[in-house]
Amino acid sequence: MEALPAGAPPAPKNQTLVGATLASVAILMLTGGMLGVWAVQRRQAIDLGQSWLPSDVTIPEVPTNVMLIAFIGVVSFAHWASWAARRDDKANTVFALGATAFVALLIINAQAFVYTQMELPISQGPYGAMFFAITGTFIAVMIGGTIFSLVAVFRVAGGRSDRHILAAHTLVWYAIGVAYCGIWFLVYVTK
Amino acid sequence: MTTIESVPADTSDTSDTPPFLAALADWITSTDHKKLGRLLAGGGLLGLLTTIVVNLLIAVERVDGSGAALDVDSWSQLITAQRVGLVFGAGLPLAAGLAVAVTPLQLGARSIAFPRLVGTGVWMWFGGFVLSIISISANGGFGGGDPDMVDLFLAAHGLMALGLLSVGVALVTSVLTTRAPGMTMRRVPFFAWSTMVFGIGLVLVMPVFVGTLIYLFVDHRSGTREAFGGNDGIATWAGWMFTQPATFLLAIPALGLFADLLPTTFKKRTPLRGAVFAGLSLVLVSALGAVTQQIRFDVPWSGSLLYIGDGDDVREKVNDVLPWGFFHVLPIVGAGILFLMAAFLAKPEKDESGQTIRPNITAAFLFAFFGYGMVLVGMHGAAIEPIVDLDLIGTVFGEAVLVYVVYGAALGVLGGLAYWAPKLWGVELDLKKTAPLALLGVGGVVLASFPHYIAGFLDQPAGLAYDDSDLQIWNIVVLVGHALFFLAAFAFVGLLVSTVVGRDGSSAPDDPSDGHTIEWATTSPAPTDNFVDVPAITSAEPMLDLRGASASDQATPNPGGAS
Repeated sequence: MEALPAGAPPAPKNQTLVGATLASVAILMLTGGMLGVWAVQRRQAIDLGQSWLPSDVTIPEVPTNVMLIAFIGVVSFAHWASWAARRDDKANTVFALGATAFVALLIINAQAFVYTQMELPISQGPYGAMFFAITGTFIAVMIGGTIFSLVAVFRVAGGRSDRHILAAHTLVWYAIGVAYCGIWFLVYVTK
Repeated sequence: MTTIESVPADTSDTSDTPPFLAALADWITSTDHKKLGRLLAGGGLLGLLTTIVVNLLIAVERVDGSGAALDVDSWSQLITAQRVGLVFGAGLPLAAGLAVAVTPLQLGARSIAFPRLVGTGVWMWFGGFVLSIISISANGGFGGGDPDMVDLFLAAHGLMALGLLSVGVALVTSVLTTRAPGMTMRRVPFFAWSTMVFGIGLVLVMPVFVGTLIYLFVDHRSGTREAFGGNDGIATWAGWMFTQPATFLLAIPALGLFADLLPTTFKKRTPLRGAVFAGLSLVLVSALGAVTQQIRFDVPWSGSLLYIGDGDDVREKVNDVLPWGFFHVLPIVGAGILFLMAAFLAKPEKDESGQTIRPNITAAFLFAFFGYGMVLVGMHGAAIEPIVDLDLIGTVFGEAVLVYVVYGAALGVLGGLAYWAPKLWGVELDLKKTAPLALLGVGGVVLASFPHYIAGFLDQPAGLAYDDSDLQIWNIVVLVGHALFFLAAFAFVGLLVSTVVGRDGSSAPDDPSDGHTIEWATTSPAPTDNFVDVPAITSAEPMLDLRGASASDQATPNPGGAS
């Protein structure tokens, strides 16, 4: 029996973009699952006539809203980096990626500010543990996204301008932004 | 970024390193999907054998329902070890290991997508499984008494879940981006398709499970233990991962293997490939049951399935029945499509010379067929269990369903290892030695599970103790069943190891099973890069086409006499 004929060289496919899409789905599932449990616990507390948010705790709404607005900056800068990379504009790409990472760091800082303003002990009932669990997970995801941005900065600065990675980078920041929208609405607005 | 990446040859100088250490380092740091897959499947086999031993201990304890052969305090640890072992120790790594080892070969790829991610995922699973065993043995687990060990138990499961999530991402990306030239999605082999569906399931389910574990960990570690009930709440909030329909996920590759082996066994092309793809994908709705954290459905019978009533009754009936039908009946419909295809392909036909085409029944097919059957019986049990009027909830019926599904999936994976042994190890397992193990295995599964279906209807509670002495006989039969399945699995591992260790070079032909898919176009065992030249694909059964073309060439006289 003869062998199968060898195929032509395969066309490039966006492996990184597909991987990033799946990672984005994972981020949304992680946050969505946690928000689902949050909603169930909140409903149970209210049905029992209890207060879900401890009466001595006030959520500082200004930094939480600023974080939401800052995400517009994050995804805009990420898009800018992707746009500049398609035009082989290294300077703009590096600057936009750096700006993405910088604003992401500001968001992490704002979350830390929320913690200090709330003065909520982690051991304060079910709310305390769950609040730190969900916002702590969000910070971990933010740190992951920031590392992605910084790695992309060094890759581009080192001369490796892979456009698929920058498209994947933008997609991941969109997913993190959507995840924060859910947290903002359910944890900070609905309370 | 190109579709296919070559794996660079290992040029490291190991001349000063002892051969054992060099081999160990090579396996630990390997990014070859065949090695990683074998590592994961090997870990899964060890996990399976360990879990069967735990099941044997539980069965021994149940022989006398009113007495305790073991320390009563260890009962919850045994139940925890059983659940964790069946799902995370055996079912998931076996399915993922076979998928990682074989899928790139079936796709005509030189490597799996993100091989380092897969390597990391494999070792995360391994580390998490070892830590979970340590935590359970030191009084952790569901309802464990040692707080630190309970924390370790939760963290270990997070580690395993993240590792399996990494594997899932790589599997889906591989199927979507590393297919050989000409292999459209409709030409993807059924097993590769099933691994993609399985990977999507992991991507959907594992993050939700990790999120739940984070809540439980923070709540437990911080000392409040108010939101989730501390250690006792773990089973309530994370238990959905260890029961149906979430566990149907780990059976999907076994179903894909069965679908792949049917046309090869009956030497025919598969009609209606789209229906088979749809059937395999339908089982994925179980993932939706998992991510919505369904643990009970409580379907009321109300005297008759046809009873509907009016007004609010209708709405209530629909609200009760709809999720149950969605999460439990649709997977059965999906798996049932494979049965219809099997019936269609098994219909005797004659070839061009008028001879009846005789099926090529291999040991791998027997394993896959029996595994499929066991999974299907488990799925039916899972669908029956929530019907409130049957009073099966909280009985051993649920445990029997889990054993059916996981042992059935394990049988399927054993069939896969036997089928692809030529490509993975360069050996061919002896049919006369392997086929009896399939029969022994299926006998073990039936005896280990079906008596508990009966005992469930007789109200034997899910724990280890029971009062009714009439139930003893069923528990003794279950003990025999687990022992038989252990023998089958242990003998299979022994046969595989002895065949691989005792080989003299490659003893297997390149295509011993007359396979239809392109992994049979490469040498046995497959080289590091899988293929010397990646073949071009023009149909869903390229090897069948090639054999047909060769037969035509031989049958056609050559009038010119030219060579």
